[in-house]
Amino acid sequence: MSSDTAVRASSSAAPTGSGDGAAPPWRSVVRWEGGLVVVLAAVLLFGSIKSPHFTDASTLFYLGINTGYVAIMALPVTFVVMTGEIDLSVASMLGLSASTVGYLWHHGWSIWAAFGVALVVGAVGGALNGVLVAGFGLPSIAVTIGTLTLFRGLAEVMLGSLTIPTLGDRQFPSGLTDIGANSLPGSQLSWSMLIFLVLAVVFGVVLHYTALGRSMVAIGLQPEAAQFAGIRVRRIKFGLFVLSGVLSAFAGILDMLQQASVTYDIGTGLELNVVAIVLFGGVSIFGGRGTIVGVVLSVAIVGSLQMALTQINVSADKQNIVTGVLLLISVIVPNGGEALRRVRDRVRRRTVPRPR
Amino acid sequence: MTSAVAEITFTAAEMKGFIFRPARGTNAVTEAAPTLVLTQATKSFGPVLALADGSITLYPGEAHALLGENGAGKSTLVKILGGVYRPDAGSLELGGRAVEFTGPSDAVTAGLAIIYQEPSLFPDLSVAENIFMGRQPVGAGRRIDRRGMNRAAHDIFRRLGVALDPGRPARGLSVADQQIVEIAKALSMAARVVVMDEPTAALTTVEVLRLFEVITTLRAEGVAVLFISHRLEEVFACCQRVTIMRDGRFVRTAPVEELTIDDIIRSMVGRDLEALFPKTATVPGDVVLEVDGLARHGAFSDISFTVRAGEIVALAGLVGAGRSEVARAVFGVDRRDAGSVRVAGRALPNGDARAAMAAGVALVPEDRRQQGLVMELGIDQNVALASLRRLSRGGLLFRAGERRLAATWTSRLRVKYGRLRNPVLTLSGGNQQKVVLGKWLARGPKLLIVDEPTRGIDVGTKAEVHRILDELVAGGLAVLMISSELPEVLGMADRVLVLREGRLTAELSRAQADENTIMRAATGQDPELAA
Amino acid sequence: MTAVTNRAGRTGGGRAVLAVLRAREVGILVLIGFVVLITTVKNSHFVEANSVQQMLSGAALFALLGVGETLVIITRNVDLSVGSVLGLSAYVVGYMFKYHHIPVWSGFLIGTLVGVAAGVVNGLIVTVLRVPSLVVTLGMLYVIRGIDGVIVNGDQIDPASIPNSFTAVGYRTFLGIPWLAIIVTVVVAIVGYAMRSFRASRELYAIGSNPDAAALAGIPIGRRVFSAFLISGTLAGFAGALFLALHTQINNNGGVGYELIVVTAVVVGGVAIFGGSGSVVGAALGALLLNVINQALVAGRISAFWNQAIAGALLLAAIAFDRWLSLRVTRSLQSAEGAHHEL
Repeated sequence: MSSDTAVRASSSAAPTGSGDGAAPPWRSVVRWEGGLVVVLAAVLLFGSIKSPHFTDASTLFYLGINTGYVAIMALPVTFVVMTGEIDLSVASMLGLSASTVGYLWHHGWSIWAAFGVALVVGAVGGALNGVLVAGFGLPSIAVTIGTLTLFRGLAEVMLGSLTIPTLGDRQFPSGLTDIGANSLPGSQLSWSMLIFLVLAVVFGVVLHYTALGRSMVAIGLQPEAAQFAGIRVRRIKFGLFVLSGVLSAFAGILDMLQQASVTYDIGTGLELNVVAIVLFGGVSIFGGRGTIVGVVLSVAIVGSLQMALTQINVSADKQNIVTGVLLLISVIVPNGGEALRRVRDRVRRRTVPRPR
Repeated sequence: MTSAVAEITFTAAEMKGFIFRPARGTNAVTEAAPTLVLTQATKSFGPVLALADGSITLYPGEAHALLGENGAGKSTLVKILGGVYRPDAGSLELGGRAVEFTGPSDAVTAGLAIIYQEPSLFPDLSVAENIFMGRQPVGAGRRIDRRGMNRAAHDIFRRLGVALDPGRPARGLSVADQQIVEIAKALSMAARVVVMDEPTAALTTVEVLRLFEVITTLRAEGVAVLFISHRLEEVFACCQRVTIMRDGRFVRTAPVEELTIDDIIRSMVGRDLEALFPKTATVPGDVVLEVDGLARHGAFSDISFTVRAGEIVALAGLVGAGRSEVARAVFGVDRRDAGSVRVAGRALPNGDARAAMAAGVALVPEDRRQQGLVMELGIDQNVALASLRRLSRGGLLFRAGERRLAATWTSRLRVKYGRLRNPVLTLSGGNQQKVVLGKWLARGPKLLIVDEPTRGIDVGTKAEVHRILDELVAGGLAVLMISSELPEVLGMADRVLVLREGRLTAELSRAQADENTIMRAATGQDPELAA
Repeated sequence: MTAVTNRAGRTGGGRAVLAVLRAREVGILVLIGFVVLITTVKNSHFVEANSVQQMLSGAALFALLGVGETLVIITRNVDLSVGSVLGLSAYVVGYMFKYHHIPVWSGFLIGTLVGVAAGVVNGLIVTVLRVPSLVVTLGMLYVIRGIDGVIVNGDQIDPASIPNSFTAVGYRTFLGIPWLAIIVTVVVAIVGYAMRSFRASRELYAIGSNPDAAALAGIPIGRRVFSAFLISGTLAGFAGALFLALHTQINNNGGVGYELIVVTAVVVGGVAIFGGSGSVVGAALGALLLNVINQALVAGRISAFWNQAIAGALLLAAIAFDRWLSLRVTRSLQSAEGAHHEL
């Protein structure tokens, strides 16, 4: 039952938008992306100044190697977050898929058959997430923490402490592992980065120019209204989790080929990077807001920053701090404005007498 | 499904007496100093002025009714009293001293207990704990005295004449029982002002009578009771004074015996009733909707009815009777457990809103803000939300297409807006409702189900909405209308179906339907039958 | 008007439902018993004193973390930084012992203070800046882990650097029960009792059960949620000191992955992930169950590699089961008797 006023009561969860005639959502988005462009310029500047190798031709390639496969996972996670859910199991699925390939390869399978199985595993894992979240209505944070653990655990069961290829194994086909050593002929783009960019275009078109994209935004902003408009909320969420599983599995294959080896713990902890990239790209954790352009800019920023820091020998630990801080910034800044306003209002109420 | 009612032995005469007996003890009220004085409170939310002049004076020991249509500003006023909203202007005095509330706890501390229209309980906690949350009785070492708390809850329930287990979780309580817990919560606060916002909406007559007795007791203790209800007979039965609001403003205050029902309605509405509902007569055409044996566990059962093209069928009944549930099951957003739904002869698959939409069914839901609109999206995107596939060309959909659709329908429905891309939350309630209508009319439906079409809308737009419905029906649309406002039902409907506790209790033609017949069927009271 | 009939008694529906809800703790005990039984059949050494003590000690830290995590989750939040806080605290304590030779009691104090600091930061960002706790604590997980790595800088604290009376806490027993287990049990008992008995703690449940109603009821949500994070951080810090006492060495990898185990333990133990219900006793039992399974795999000579997979499957099963249970309970409560009327 609705009240006869236009604003909902306060709640402990932060509201999705100010109810006082705020500017249309796209204005704040443009502000965020504009900010990202500035940050990107700053990072590139920082990198070229601080690191002698930053402007080398090969830097772009290594950036692609390091960030491309992670960025590929960020795309479906963006969609998942847009609908108000989250998928923390992506890095573990990466590991499970790579481990599956390693395991099958170890047992003599052909590489392409192993790839096929790994992608199926990705779909099945994604479907598990989908069934539990969309089908049974379980909270996605808890479910994907569970599948995060489960997938990694299964990877561990498969490979144990082995490193594939191990003694007696064939080496991975050099034509494929080449993607880890050589860029696309005629450019400095790594294969993984190319694939990411193509996917980004597809995802961008879907999000901003299709009925499916509109539906996802509606689901994220107001799932009930979406349902009442005939949008198949559960089917879409299920599909997005399956997509996430498949693309994570694909990322696992890429990572494995780039490294030309695999252990069960490959990709451990990458879910943080994925979430950081997505949120830093301006996608709201509450759902319904965000652009693919923002995510691409975020990939560029995070990737170049990591590249620059690695080149000047900043330790992995310090880089963790940086990634964590980026994540915090990406959520504090949009809320910070609101928070400051609230504090200012509270102070104002205490001091200024009310008009009679 | 709802609370059990004991054997009733009121006679027909007693029932009539209850309905029309004037309140006793009206005098000596205005002699004491007022408990609460609210003066010219205003409140805006962005461009929406919800309250322009909220003024009310409550004396100790009186039951004071606050009347007004939806959109009159009553809920905003109540929320200001409860400390949920801070007024933009105006003053509040309690016991002669000016007060300012920074939050709901201030209001509680100041002795104001509010029973809101919608129960807000903690489902995981016990009923007793819901009543006493934040004020649980404590024993040694500030430890909660659970036994004492349960006992106190028990006592309050006894006062109310109900026996609800204080130890049970609040989860699963029927709407009526939740309302009882909310009333118990207010009683437990030993407040000097108790505000009841539509407390009887979900209660049966026995429970309502019991509540009146409680109100009488409170009055004897010097408590001021602010009673908000749409049911004028209840107001006449228990209140001494009446304040009427319209369009966010205070209109008048008067002792109840000085007012007739017509006076009140005229003050509430601002013009005569007849002018509001220009329903033109139509000849019903083919059967568009056939519902047969529809049932949903826990909500309703054995519902069968038809709706023809060119007619408005109203679904009346009390809050919680199951009407919205029926609408949702027909539309397919909820699954049905039994029965069938046929549109233009074809059966609809179970639980598939898309299929219903394809068959030409549209549903304007009850809760505009959660179910009808995506508040942060633009007007254009909201209008287009049910037509996404149709607007796509080769899989692609552009904002321009959405904008064009919205432009057509907002002009046709005369929606007042700034820019089409402004979020709908910038619109007034009435214009928001028109956007929802536009969204569905854009699909050219055969059957339009509207749930509370004019709730929370100003009077002017209300008339427009009725006119729109009237035109549509004259053009061959079939309309199923759910409404809790009897004047609206009586004015607009060709036929009235009445639901009570999930069952269809009456089907009345336009001639047969009046306030009495509908309310009797809705509450299950048939004085003629009781000996 | 007749008096209300049964005063102290309860309607059948209410009683039965409460029994079902309370059964979770019992259910876990039964599960623990079951696992112990089938493992003992395969390997009778499983129930020897040594083995049992290891089970208790191993679970103790997670149970302690679980207490804080329970409070946070009850308010519909989550704290994913507890593992990193534990690791940082353990190293800081070790560092102070090795390079500054601080007294033993001060070691516990310093560890706890590290946790307090983390709790304050988390609490402030969540309540003042209104940032979702999932993201905040996820970010803090990595920031703290990074800080830990930077401070540690390849160093390692060895048993030699730690005073004996400190490590004694880690291995000494009393009447066969490890001190660690006793300490943690005491904490669980105190917090568990407090959660039932004080207004402020009941408000935690209210906040998680229906945040909007909590605001309407005037509950100081920010203050309460802050306290929950503060307690969670504090206990994680204290657990860090205990970690050092138990393992007697520390580098930069202390507590890695602990947050996931704790969340699993807590949910398995009956704390609803959406808040509003659950007990610290259940959480502690959940931690015990996970550790028992852990040890059972080793004792039963099943590959320890199955550990993680089983934990993951258990969490999923627990969430699904909880949801199924709550639907059943809601349905039974809906048809249970509501208000009766006497005349």
